[in-house]
Amino acid sequence: MNKTPLSSILLVLFASLIGSFGAVFLKLGAAHLNRGFRYIVNWQLAFGIALFLGSSVPFVMGIRHGELSVLYPMVSLGYVWTLFWSKLFFNEPITKGKLGALALILAGIICIGVGGS
Amino acid sequence: MTSSPPTIPTHSVKRSNKSVYMVLGCTVFAAAAQVLMKFGATHPMPQMNPSEPSTWMPFAMALLGNYQLLLGYGVQSGNALLLILALRDGELSMLYPIIALTYVWVNLLSMYFFHEHLNFWKAIGIALVIGGVALLGRASSRA
Repeated sequence: MNKTPLSSILLVLFASLIGSFGAVFLKLGAAHLNRGFRYIVNWQLAFGIALFLGSSVPFVMGIRHGELSVLYPMVSLGYVWTLFWSKLFFNEPITKGKLGALALILAGIICIGVGGS
Repeated sequence: MTSSPPTIPTHSVKRSNKSVYMVLGCTVFAAAAQVLMKFGATHPMPQMNPSEPSTWMPFAMALLGNYQLLLGYGVQSGNALLLILALRDGELSMLYPIIALTYVWVNLLSMYFFHEHLNFWKAIGIALVIGGVALLGRASSRA
Protein backbone atom coordinates (compact mmCIF):
# COMPACT_ATOMS: atom_id res chain seq x y z
CA MET A 1 0.00 0.00 0.00
CA ASN A 2 1.78 3.16 -1.07
CA LYS A 3 0.35 6.42 0.12
CA THR A 4 0.28 9.46 -2.09
CA PRO A 5 2.88 11.96 -0.80
CA LEU A 6 1.80 15.51 -0.02
CA SER A 7 4.40 16.85 -2.46
CA SER A 8 2.68 14.98 -5.32
CA ILE A 9 -0.72 16.33 -4.31
CA LEU A 10 0.64 19.90 -4.18
CA LEU A 11 2.36 19.55 -7.56
CA VAL A 12 -0.81 18.25 -9.20
CA LEU A 13 -2.89 21.00 -7.57
CA PHE A 14 -0.37 23.54 -8.84
CA ALA A 15 -0.69 22.02 -12.34
CA SER A 16 -4.49 22.35 -12.20
CA LEU A 17 -4.13 25.99 -11.10
CA ILE A 18 -1.79 26.79 -14.01
CA GLY A 19 -4.13 25.00 -16.41
CA SER A 20 -7.13 27.00 -15.19
CA PHE A 21 -5.25 30.25 -15.89
CA GLY A 22 -4.52 28.82 -19.33
CA ALA A 23 -8.27 28.68 -19.95
CA VAL A 24 -8.67 32.29 -18.78
CA PHE A 25 -6.00 33.51 -21.20
CA LEU A 26 -7.46 31.45 -24.07
CA LYS A 27 -10.79 33.15 -23.43
CA LEU A 28 -9.12 36.59 -23.33
CA GLY A 29 -7.20 35.84 -26.53
CA ALA A 30 -10.21 34.34 -28.31
CA ALA A 31 -12.07 37.64 -27.93
CA HIS A 32 -9.58 39.20 -30.39
CA LEU A 33 -10.88 36.84 -33.10
CA ASN A 34 -14.17 38.69 -33.18
CA ARG A 35 -12.27 41.42 -35.04
CA GLY A 36 -11.07 38.93 -37.67
CA PHE A 37 -9.29 35.61 -37.96
CA ARG A 38 -5.87 37.19 -38.53
CA TYR A 39 -5.93 38.37 -34.92
CA ILE A 40 -5.37 34.76 -33.86
CA VAL A 41 -1.74 35.68 -33.21
CA ASN A 42 -1.90 37.56 -29.92
CA TRP A 43 -0.01 37.33 -26.67
CA GLN A 44 -2.97 36.20 -24.59
CA LEU A 45 -3.54 33.11 -26.77
CA ALA A 46 0.18 32.37 -26.89
CA PHE A 47 0.40 32.72 -23.11
CA GLY A 48 -2.71 30.56 -22.63
CA ILE A 49 -1.25 27.76 -24.76
CA ALA A 50 2.09 28.12 -22.95
CA LEU A 51 0.30 27.77 -19.61
CA PHE A 52 -1.49 24.63 -20.82
CA LEU A 53 1.75 23.08 -22.03
CA GLY A 54 3.58 24.31 -18.92
CA SER A 55 1.01 22.75 -16.61
CA SER A 56 2.08 19.32 -17.82
CA VAL A 57 5.52 19.78 -16.16
CA PRO A 58 4.35 19.85 -12.50
CA PHE A 59 1.69 17.27 -13.44
CA VAL A 60 4.25 14.75 -14.70
CA MET A 61 6.50 15.52 -11.70
CA GLY A 62 3.52 14.96 -9.42
CA ILE A 63 2.31 11.66 -10.86
CA ARG A 64 5.79 10.15 -10.67
CA HIS A 65 4.94 9.13 -7.10
CA GLY A 66 1.63 8.27 -5.55
CA GLU A 67 -1.58 6.79 -6.78
CA LEU A 68 -2.94 7.92 -10.12
CA SER A 69 -6.51 7.29 -8.94
CA VAL A 70 -6.03 10.04 -6.35
CA LEU A 71 -3.97 12.43 -8.45
CA TYR A 72 -5.76 12.22 -11.80
CA PRO A 73 -9.15 13.42 -10.51
CA MET A 74 -7.41 16.33 -8.80
CA VAL A 75 -6.61 17.83 -12.20
CA SER A 76 -10.34 18.25 -12.68
CA LEU A 77 -10.32 20.70 -9.77
CA GLY A 78 -9.16 23.05 -12.51
CA TYR A 79 -12.84 23.30 -13.48
CA VAL A 80 -13.57 24.65 -10.00
CA TRP A 81 -10.79 27.26 -10.21
CA THR A 82 -12.05 28.24 -13.67
CA LEU A 83 -15.50 28.86 -12.19
CA PHE A 84 -13.98 31.38 -9.76
CA TRP A 85 -11.76 33.06 -12.37
CA SER A 86 -14.78 33.36 -14.70
CA LYS A 87 -16.62 35.23 -11.96
CA LEU A 88 -13.59 37.35 -11.09
CA PHE A 89 -12.35 38.26 -14.58
CA PHE A 90 -15.43 37.97 -16.81
CA ASN A 91 -18.17 38.62 -14.26
CA GLU A 92 -19.94 35.40 -15.21
CA PRO A 93 -22.57 34.43 -12.62
CA ILE A 94 -22.00 31.36 -10.44
CA THR A 95 -25.37 29.64 -10.75
CA LYS A 96 -26.87 26.61 -9.02
CA GLY A 97 -26.89 24.83 -12.39
CA LYS A 98 -23.14 25.32 -12.86
CA LEU A 99 -22.35 24.25 -9.28
CA GLY A 100 -24.57 21.17 -9.60
CA ALA A 101 -23.05 20.25 -12.95
CA LEU A 102 -19.51 20.67 -11.56
CA ALA A 103 -20.36 18.50 -8.54
CA LEU A 104 -21.63 15.74 -10.86
CA ILE A 105 -18.56 16.00 -13.11
CA LEU A 106 -16.12 15.91 -10.16
CA ALA A 107 -17.94 12.94 -8.59
CA GLY A 108 -17.85 11.20 -11.97
CA ILE A 109 -14.13 11.76 -12.49
CA ILE A 110 -13.41 10.51 -8.95
CA CYS A 111 -15.40 7.34 -9.76
CA ILE A 112 -13.51 6.86 -13.04
CA GLY A 113 -10.25 7.30 -11.06
CA VAL A 114 -11.34 4.67 -8.53
CA GLY A 115 -12.40 2.33 -11.33
CA GLY A 116 -9.09 2.75 -13.11
CA SER A 117 -6.91 1.81 -10.13
CA MET B 1 -25.37 17.82 -48.48
CA THR B 2 -27.03 20.49 -46.48
CA SER B 3 -25.80 24.00 -46.98
CA SER B 4 -27.41 25.80 -44.11
CA PRO B 5 -28.72 29.17 -45.16
CA PRO B 6 -27.76 32.01 -42.86
CA THR B 7 -31.32 32.55 -41.70
CA ILE B 8 -30.85 32.71 -37.96
CA PRO B 9 -33.89 33.76 -35.99
CA THR B 10 -32.71 36.59 -33.81
CA HIS B 11 -34.08 35.40 -30.51
CA SER B 12 -34.80 31.67 -30.68
CA VAL B 13 -31.15 30.68 -31.20
CA LYS B 14 -28.74 31.48 -28.39
CA ARG B 15 -25.20 32.31 -29.40
CA SER B 16 -23.79 30.13 -26.64
CA ASN B 17 -25.36 26.97 -28.10
CA LYS B 18 -23.03 27.00 -31.07
CA SER B 19 -20.09 27.25 -28.69
CA VAL B 20 -21.41 24.29 -26.71
CA TYR B 21 -21.46 22.11 -29.84
CA MET B 22 -17.96 23.27 -30.76
CA VAL B 23 -16.61 22.29 -27.34
CA LEU B 24 -18.40 18.94 -27.68
CA GLY B 25 -16.48 18.52 -30.93
CA CYS B 26 -13.27 19.39 -29.04
CA THR B 27 -13.82 16.52 -26.62
CA VAL B 28 -14.09 14.05 -29.51
CA PHE B 29 -10.87 15.42 -31.04
CA ALA B 30 -9.06 15.33 -27.69
CA ALA B 31 -10.08 11.72 -27.10
CA ALA B 32 -9.02 10.70 -30.61
CA ALA B 33 -5.68 12.44 -30.07
CA GLN B 34 -5.10 10.57 -26.80
CA VAL B 35 -5.81 7.21 -28.44
CA LEU B 36 -3.49 8.06 -31.35
CA MET B 37 -0.75 9.12 -28.91
CA LYS B 38 -1.19 5.88 -26.98
CA PHE B 39 -0.69 3.97 -30.23
CA GLY B 40 2.28 6.20 -31.04
CA ALA B 41 3.84 5.55 -27.63
CA THR B 42 3.94 1.80 -28.31
CA HIS B 43 5.55 2.33 -31.72
CA PRO B 44 9.12 0.90 -31.60
CA MET B 45 11.69 3.69 -31.34
CA PRO B 46 15.52 3.45 -31.50
CA GLN B 47 17.54 4.48 -28.44
CA MET B 48 18.57 8.13 -28.53
CA ASN B 49 21.55 9.42 -26.61
CA PRO B 50 21.68 13.24 -26.57
CA SER B 51 25.48 13.22 -26.19
CA GLU B 52 25.89 10.86 -29.19
CA PRO B 53 25.10 12.78 -32.42
CA SER B 54 25.16 9.60 -34.50
CA THR B 55 21.96 8.45 -32.73
CA TRP B 56 20.06 11.67 -33.51
CA MET B 57 19.29 10.97 -37.15
CA PRO B 58 17.82 7.45 -36.73
CA PHE B 59 15.69 8.77 -33.88
CA ALA B 60 14.45 11.74 -35.93
CA MET B 61 13.62 9.45 -38.87
CA ALA B 62 11.74 7.05 -36.58
CA LEU B 63 9.86 10.01 -35.11
CA LEU B 64 8.81 11.10 -38.60
CA GLY B 65 7.74 7.54 -39.33
CA ASN B 66 5.63 7.37 -36.18
CA TYR B 67 2.56 8.57 -38.01
CA GLN B 68 0.20 7.81 -35.12
CA LEU B 69 2.11 10.13 -32.80
CA LEU B 70 2.32 12.87 -35.45
CA LEU B 71 -1.36 12.48 -36.27
CA GLY B 72 -2.14 12.63 -32.54
CA TYR B 73 -0.32 15.96 -32.25
CA GLY B 74 -2.04 17.20 -35.41
CA VAL B 75 -5.49 16.33 -34.05
CA GLN B 76 -4.55 17.93 -30.73
CA SER B 77 -3.64 21.17 -32.56
CA GLY B 78 -6.96 21.10 -34.38
CA ASN B 79 -8.63 20.60 -31.04
CA ALA B 80 -6.89 23.68 -29.60
CA LEU B 81 -7.96 25.77 -32.58
CA LEU B 82 -11.58 24.64 -32.27
CA LEU B 83 -11.54 25.41 -28.53
CA ILE B 84 -10.24 28.92 -29.20
CA LEU B 85 -12.96 29.50 -31.79
CA ALA B 86 -15.58 28.18 -29.37
CA LEU B 87 -14.44 30.50 -26.60
CA ARG B 88 -15.04 33.59 -28.74
CA ASP B 89 -18.48 33.79 -27.28
CA GLY B 90 -20.32 32.02 -24.53
CA GLU B 91 -19.33 31.82 -20.89
CA LEU B 92 -16.02 30.21 -19.96
CA SER B 93 -17.54 28.76 -16.77
CA MET B 94 -20.20 27.08 -18.91
CA LEU B 95 -17.99 25.81 -21.73
CA TYR B 96 -14.80 24.75 -19.99
CA PRO B 97 -16.23 21.91 -17.81
CA ILE B 98 -17.71 20.28 -20.95
CA ILE B 99 -14.15 19.17 -21.70
CA ALA B 100 -14.66 16.55 -18.95
CA LEU B 101 -16.60 14.57 -21.55
CA THR B 102 -13.17 13.63 -22.95
CA TYR B 103 -12.88 11.16 -20.03
CA VAL B 104 -16.02 9.42 -21.28
CA TRP B 105 -14.82 9.05 -24.88
CA VAL B 106 -11.34 7.93 -23.81
CA ASN B 107 -12.82 5.21 -21.61
CA LEU B 108 -15.15 4.01 -24.36
CA LEU B 109 -12.42 4.11 -27.04
CA SER B 110 -10.01 2.28 -24.70
CA MET B 111 -12.52 -0.55 -24.42
CA TYR B 112 -12.57 -0.88 -28.18
CA PHE B 113 -8.91 -0.31 -29.07
CA PHE B 114 -7.01 -1.52 -26.00
CA HIS B 115 -9.55 -4.07 -24.70
CA GLU B 116 -9.75 -2.35 -21.34
CA HIS B 117 -12.73 -3.46 -19.32
CA LEU B 118 -15.51 -1.26 -18.08
CA ASN B 119 -16.07 -1.89 -14.38
CA PHE B 120 -18.76 -0.72 -11.98
CA TRP B 121 -16.99 2.48 -10.87
CA LYS B 122 -16.02 3.54 -14.38
CA ALA B 123 -19.62 3.04 -15.56
CA ILE B 124 -20.96 5.12 -12.65
CA GLY B 125 -18.31 7.79 -13.29
CA ILE B 126 -19.15 7.97 -17.00
CA ALA B 127 -22.85 8.33 -16.19
CA LEU B 128 -22.15 11.12 -13.67
CA VAL B 129 -19.91 13.07 -16.09
CA ILE B 130 -22.53 12.78 -18.85
CA GLY B 131 -25.18 13.94 -16.37
CA GLY B 132 -23.06 16.93 -15.34
CA VAL B 133 -22.38 18.00 -18.92
CA ALA B 134 -26.07 17.57 -19.80
CA LEU B 135 -26.94 19.81 -16.85
CA LEU B 136 -24.50 22.45 -18.16
CA GLY B 137 -26.01 22.20 -21.64
CA ARG B 138 -29.49 22.65 -20.26
CA ALA B 139 -28.41 25.59 -18.12
CA SER B 140 -26.74 27.27 -21.12
CA SER B 141 -29.78 26.95 -23.37
CA ARG B 142 -31.91 28.60 -20.70
CA ALA B 143 -29.42 31.37 -19.97
